[in-house]
Amino acid sequence: MRGMGITLTVLGGSIILGYLMAFIAGFCRLSNNTFIRKFTGFYVEIFRGTSLIVQLFWFSYALPMLFGIELGSDLVAGILAISLNYGAYMSEIVRGSILSVSNGQTEAGIALNLTPFQRMRYVIFPQALRMMLPEFGNYLIQMLKATSLISLIGMTDVLYYGNLLRSSNLAIESTVYLFILIFFFIIALPLIFLTRKLEEISKKGVET
Amino acid sequence: MSKPIVTYDEVTKSFGDVEVLKGINLDIMPSEKVAVIGPSGSGKTTLIRMLMTLEQPTDGAIIVDGENLWQMEEKGRLVDADEKHLSKVRGDIGMVFQHFNLFPHMTILENCMMAPVQVQKEDKKSARKRSIEMLEKVGLGDKLDNFPNQLSGGQKQRVAMARALVMRPKIMLFDEVTSALDPELVEEVLEVIRDIALEGEMAMVLVTHEMEFALDIADRVLFLDDGVIAESGTPSEVIEHSQNERLQSFLRRFRS
Repeated sequence: MRGMGITLTVLGGSIILGYLMAFIAGFCRLSNNTFIRKFTGFYVEIFRGTSLIVQLFWFSYALPMLFGIELGSDLVAGILAISLNYGAYMSEIVRGSILSVSNGQTEAGIALNLTPFQRMRYVIFPQALRMMLPEFGNYLIQMLKATSLISLIGMTDVLYYGNLLRSSNLAIESTVYLFILIFFFIIALPLIFLTRKLEEISKKGVET
Repeated sequence: MSKPIVTYDEVTKSFGDVEVLKGINLDIMPSEKVAVIGPSGSGKTTLIRMLMTLEQPTDGAIIVDGENLWQMEEKGRLVDADEKHLSKVRGDIGMVFQHFNLFPHMTILENCMMAPVQVQKEDKKSARKRSIEMLEKVGLGDKLDNFPNQLSGGQKQRVAMARALVMRPKIMLFDEVTSALDPELVEEVLEVIRDIALEGEMAMVLVTHEMEFALDIADRVLFLDDGVIAESGTPSEVIEHSQNERLQSFLRRFRS
């Protein structure tokens, strides 16, 4: 089916950039530096507090028009909007997980004279990551579904071609949408399995 | 007489408006075994947490092996110690916690090996060998690849001791290490502590409610009450001959 390439590209791009954003913003919100913390907090609230569709329109229409910032292509705009949006959500998971590792773990690290970096790298982060994994899996599936919104900024993804097909032949309307539904589900399947797998991994070696 | 390895000089500690420790003066000699007893809330745990750099004193100084722990000199003035200074001075101190605080995502062996490899830059092979020896010594040589959540409380606490011991500390702090254990598991942990104490080289500070045990291994007993060291001396001096009312009533509760 045409459009699959676009959908998968946007998904792949958003996943990579989104998780990257999540970790960067998550760590920044835990920084000792007030400015960094406030600034990231601002970013997170802006992107969580406004809708993804509006953000998509901003990146592809408003930014170039108002400020003359050209993002290059719709593809970049789409990936940027989705990853920044989900990055904002997931940064809260990163932050929350790190904070929820018990204080005793930090103290044990200090007692063994680990540096702050070593405490994060070997003690806190590995445990926090286990807590993040199941939630991350959920967001993976949500991101896939969010990619369908890019058809609204004129990108030729699966939904776009579906709509095109439908308008050329109204008789197959329901069939087209059924296929799109199945398409998204089939792509989501491995992600669902991955999420289950992640949940299993995260159960191993945790505090009881 | 040799020089003390740890000195508390007029150390106070307040949490908010509550003054937990009101001027502690204390010398601990190398290889001395000190038991700290006292009612809960008397500041026993805070006393050793400050030495482990987990809690900053409000006032006063703690000297470890001739170095000021919480303060350092900068341009001729004393300023609060930074992380680098703290890590330099606390290198000889180890601690065992009430709630074990093992790293749940690592095996028993990894728990022990991590710090020698990462902090002391020991090569993996020898750290592994020493960790295994230490775990065998605490009776857990058959559990090397188990995770902490597969162990009993007593076993966890023995791992925690091995983990602290592989760092070869000169001072070991024990913070109510048997308080979180089921009664039948207490003895196996005390036995390990007794073995360590008999080896003799390390200074040990035990905050404990195990009165009998404290008397058995300690060179000196401190009775902490209301933020001050109310009584200090050899076990027999403190327990049998003290005239201190509050100490007597505290001890009666344990005898009954």
